[in-house]
Amino acid sequence: MAKADSLQGSMDLLVLKILSRRPGLHGYAIMSAIQDISGEVLRVEEGSLYPALHRMEEAGWIRAEWITKDTGRRARLYVVTAAGKKQLGMEESRWAAVTLAVNRVLREA
Amino acid sequence: MSLWTRIANVFRGNGLNREIDEELEAHIAEAIAQGRDPVEARRAFGSTLRHREGSRDVRLLTWLESLRSDAVFGLRQLKKTKVTSLAAILSLALAIGACTSAFRLIDAILLRPLPVANPERLYDLSREAIGPDGKPQNFDGWAYPDFQLMRAAVKDQAELFAISYAEPVDLTYKSDEEIEKAYLQYVSGWMFPALGLRPGLGRVFTENDDVKPDGHPYAVLSHDYWTHRFGQDPKVVGKTFRMGNELYEIAGVVEAPFTGTEPGTMVDIFVPTMMNSAVTRKDSTWHRTLAMVKPGAALEPMRQKLDATSRAFEEERAKGFMGMSKEEIDNFLNQKVLLEPAASGVSGMQSETRRPLAVLGVLVGLVLLIACANVANLMTAQASARAREMAVRVSIGGGRWRLIQLVLVQSAWLALMAAAIGGLFAWWSGPFVVSMINPPDNPARLILPSDSRVLGFGLLLALAVTLLFGLVPALRASAVNPVSALKGGEDPHSKRRLMHALIAVQVAFCFLVVFVAGLFVTTFERLSHQSVGFSADRLLVVDAVAKTPQPMEFWEQVADHVQGMQGVETVALTDSPLLGGSSWNNFISVNGAPSNGVLSYMRAVSPGWLDAMKIQLIDGRDFRPGDAHPGAAVVNETFAKTYFDGVDPVGKTFDLSLDEGARLHYEIVGYVRDVRYRNLREPILPQLYVPFHSVDENGASRKRGAGVLLVRTSLANPRSLASILRQEVPRARPEFRVSRIRTQLEINQSHTVRERLLATLALFFAIVALLLAGVGLYGVLHYSVLQRRREIGIRMAVGAQAGGVARLVTAEVFAMVAVGAVAGVGMGMLSVRFVESLFYHVKATDLQMLALPSLAILAGALLAALRPVIQAVRIDPASMLRAE
Repeated sequence: MAKADSLQGSMDLLVLKILSRRPGLHGYAIMSAIQDISGEVLRVEEGSLYPALHRMEEAGWIRAEWITKDTGRRARLYVVTAAGKKQLGMEESRWAAVTLAVNRVLREA
Repeated sequence: MSLWTRIANVFRGNGLNREIDEELEAHIAEAIAQGRDPVEARRAFGSTLRHREGSRDVRLLTWLESLRSDAVFGLRQLKKTKVTSLAAILSLALAIGACTSAFRLIDAILLRPLPVANPERLYDLSREAIGPDGKPQNFDGWAYPDFQLMRAAVKDQAELFAISYAEPVDLTYKSDEEIEKAYLQYVSGWMFPALGLRPGLGRVFTENDDVKPDGHPYAVLSHDYWTHRFGQDPKVVGKTFRMGNELYEIAGVVEAPFTGTEPGTMVDIFVPTMMNSAVTRKDSTWHRTLAMVKPGAALEPMRQKLDATSRAFEEERAKGFMGMSKEEIDNFLNQKVLLEPAASGVSGMQSETRRPLAVLGVLVGLVLLIACANVANLMTAQASARAREMAVRVSIGGGRWRLIQLVLVQSAWLALMAAAIGGLFAWWSGPFVVSMINPPDNPARLILPSDSRVLGFGLLLALAVTLLFGLVPALRASAVNPVSALKGGEDPHSKRRLMHALIAVQVAFCFLVVFVAGLFVTTFERLSHQSVGFSADRLLVVDAVAKTPQPMEFWEQVADHVQGMQGVETVALTDSPLLGGSSWNNFISVNGAPSNGVLSYMRAVSPGWLDAMKIQLIDGRDFRPGDAHPGAAVVNETFAKTYFDGVDPVGKTFDLSLDEGARLHYEIVGYVRDVRYRNLREPILPQLYVPFHSVDENGASRKRGAGVLLVRTSLANPRSLASILRQEVPRARPEFRVSRIRTQLEINQSHTVRERLLATLALFFAIVALLLAGVGLYGVLHYSVLQRRREIGIRMAVGAQAGGVARLVTAEVFAMVAVGAVAGVGMGMLSVRFVESLFYHVKATDLQMLALPSLAILAGALLAALRPVIQAVRIDPASMLRAE
């Protein structure tokens, strides 16, 4: 079971990817999406999602805005920025390179 | 998120926390809405506080955040002790304000570069010679023919240009009824291109405007004059004004902010040097010579070339000297040309005020240090009261740097508030001080900008001051040992030792300030109360001019008319008032022998002058209407001592030897007491008065275009006659105008302006220093009584008497005062050597001069000690011990 620690390096990648496909998700929805799509394999430690989101927002990869939902509660929705899309591309190719390398080791060792 | 939002978030305070919390809460609410168990959802989420801190650190600048919280906390601390904080801020403000305003003045007069191209390559040419008193004297006046030779000699290394000493002149734009004064300077036409000055309107001069003597009647105005005289009227170009007999046409306005090269004087009008009547004379040194050195030119070879050129010129000229011995001529020729940097211009005000300003700078600096010592003691006292708080901070993991920052931020608050108040003080006091240097009639016009230089200085000062008084207490506070501090057992004496050392320093500086102030005040007293030999009371000095030279009878008619006016006692005519700044001299030859090389100073006066000036006649008589110059002479005591071995010279004769070799013969008809001629400090000069009525070689009466009416009035305020005189003089003779009216008292006082300024400011600083040192002393005593209440209570409980208690709390501090005073005497003795030239008939070693500051400090210390001692003696041992 992959916990937050080992997910750390790929957290940015996952968040950016999901947001680029489905813009305008709040934190809980992002978390749920990661869990659903990964078939419950990847679990995000709920609380630490937010400092990560704020860090990415700080880096300028994502942007946030408050909306008021039908229930009357406010939610903070995130969207990927142009810089974020560029970052996603870089993270994707890095991830591809790493998995390729790991697979090669597994195959040929 | 940009840097700006991170900075902004620092100041949103709880708003940011609320926003983060809301998002985190929304997450949990969403989880519950999705059907999860609330307790499980919260547990899965973890500590909201921790996540909030994590997000918060990401979303703002942590160092700024800590600075902000320290600033808020520091301000709260200062507010807690309102009275002491206010005292600290005000004393610092006074000191910072005084420093800033001294800086403004020093910067404006001495430091600020001229607004010209490459001011760093500008040099002033002067000559150094051994004066009659054996000391080297520096003089920067030049004769134009000499200047022309020098300019040609170094034309490859530098561009030399002539600039006359700026002086007020009379000129008229319309009719002669409206004579006005303007500051005028004769300048080389090529000065403008050499200094990179462009026209703001019309044109400025070039080389071609300065070629033929009397051939270029054009003028360039300064931007400032154009603004305040003409309201920036663009049609001013082509207008004319009359000065003397010459009509000048305005060619243009030079671009702002150039107003000449003499800080302290703002030039209104520039005209070409060729328009000066002395331009062809070899014996008239009427202008300065400035050099714009070309890049890379070596100074010393150039100086030598100038030296050789100038010496050759003077040698040629000396061949024509009559009646001077070989030695005197050698002495005259033995001059060295100097090149001195003139990036910030060169002016009489600079050389006159350089030393006084330096002294004032040091005095305000000392006052600032005294104020800093006060605040440092205050901070130390507070820090020790906060030892427990510091210890708690250290115990829960506050870093050493954070503690230093905490205390320094609080210091910075003090310094900044003080700097703000001090800035206002400086803004107000700068022009006030300038007005004090000014003789009312001849105001120094000084640009006193409050620009980035001044602001930068103020901020730098605040920063320096923060470190000066804040760093030691901060370091001490941060070095707190939590274990012993929380037990309350730290060595209480270590803090007092620092405070006592600061008291000694304060007293030493305070002594120095009061001591120097005493010397300046005494100097001013002695100088302004010495006898000048004549009476200045109720005496008006009326400058009269005529368009063209007028015959003597007309001058006498004017004098007679004024004599008949109500409120006028006596009237006399002269060429210039005593102490008025103009001087005129010649060598004297007795019985045809060569002169003894001592110059005699002259004044042309009418019959009745001695009476109007109330100068005492020793022997002989006053001039009579028939006397003329040359012919009759009245001389003073020093004249008799210098040329006649001190015997009564009435009836004796002598000759004046003129430059061209001519001799004028005189018979002494009157012998009078000494009076001050040129200034108040120099030894009395040999003086020679000749009749105002002057005749030429053929015995024909000479006409005069300008003169001075000395009017002794019977009015307490002689100035009340001024406007009537302006009307009555033209009424007596329509050819005459009054161009300026002064009182002799003002003229006399203008000679003590510098001394008065120094005395007043030094006295002010001395009072501030005493006050600050007194407050500091009080603070330390008060603190030590508070700190030692327990000890005092116990001592009293076991039978200590009031006297013993008083001794206990004051002994150490008074020992420090004594140490400080002794150090102050030492510093005083060492430092007066540098300012001796500013003193007059005062010796630093006079007992009186040392006693005064000692007594002042002792009195201040006793006063400061009074309340703390009473507090100590009034401690009730019973309640004190119960409280423990």
